Amino acid sequence: MNGTELPLWVTIPGTLLLVAAGLLTLIGAMGLVRLPDFFARMHPPTMGTTLGTGCVLIASMLVSSALEQRPVVHELLITLFIVMTAPVTAMLLMRAAVFRAQRKSVEAEPPTGAASVARRAQDESRTHDENRRLAERSAPTDEPS
Amino acid sequence: MNTVFDYAAWFASLCFVLAMLLALLRMFLGPAAQDRVLALDTFYLNGMLTLLMLGIRSSSTVYFDMALLIALFGFASTIAFAKFLLRGEVIEP
Repeated sequence: MNGTELPLWVTIPGTLLLVAAGLLTLIGAMGLVRLPDFFARMHPPTMGTTLGTGCVLIASMLVSSALEQRPVVHELLITLFIVMTAPVTAMLLMRAAVFRAQRKSVEAEPPTGAASVARRAQDESRTHDENRRLAERSAPTDEPS
Repeated sequence: MNTVFDYAAWFASLCFVLAMLLALLRMFLGPAAQDRVLALDTFYLNGMLTLLMLGIRSSSTVYFDMALLIALFGFASTIAFAKFLLRGEVIEP
């Protein structure tokens, strides 16, 4: 710290805040790797986004205020920016994921509706007729073997 | 008492770098595109926190501006990626 001694009212809360921020962010990143689903993976990094960033910014404010002998609050800019942008980012990503999941499920399952139901019934009857015809044709040939 | 604070700053930096590595792992593993975008967002945020820790440890204000810029770019890139995933194009005519 450039040889300058930090006062005690900065050191103790700064240490606690930095340790808490590191642990919270690390736990959030581990959750990002370990959780099974995207919709579950959405949650853990927000812990680092809100609490981790808040703790680091408060610690930074404390340290720079103690070093410059006056209150330094320009870290509030980053806090304001993160608080404004994190919900927007999360909501847009969530909407994109839901949209992609819906599109995938629509592509996977067969189309429903009156026309397709009628066509499928026709297909089934045709295959049924063909099966019966094939059975009748192959019935005599099954006997000798 | 300063040594305790230095150790805490080292610990926090180490945690942020480890979190960046884990986010990078998820970015390479991620099965879908939205997983990779989420991992990129986390990566940006942890990079910003690492820069803030550098600023705290070296007690200079240069890193603060870099952290603000990285937060801004991370927000813009994540919004652009999410818009691309949602619509298929970023800037709609």
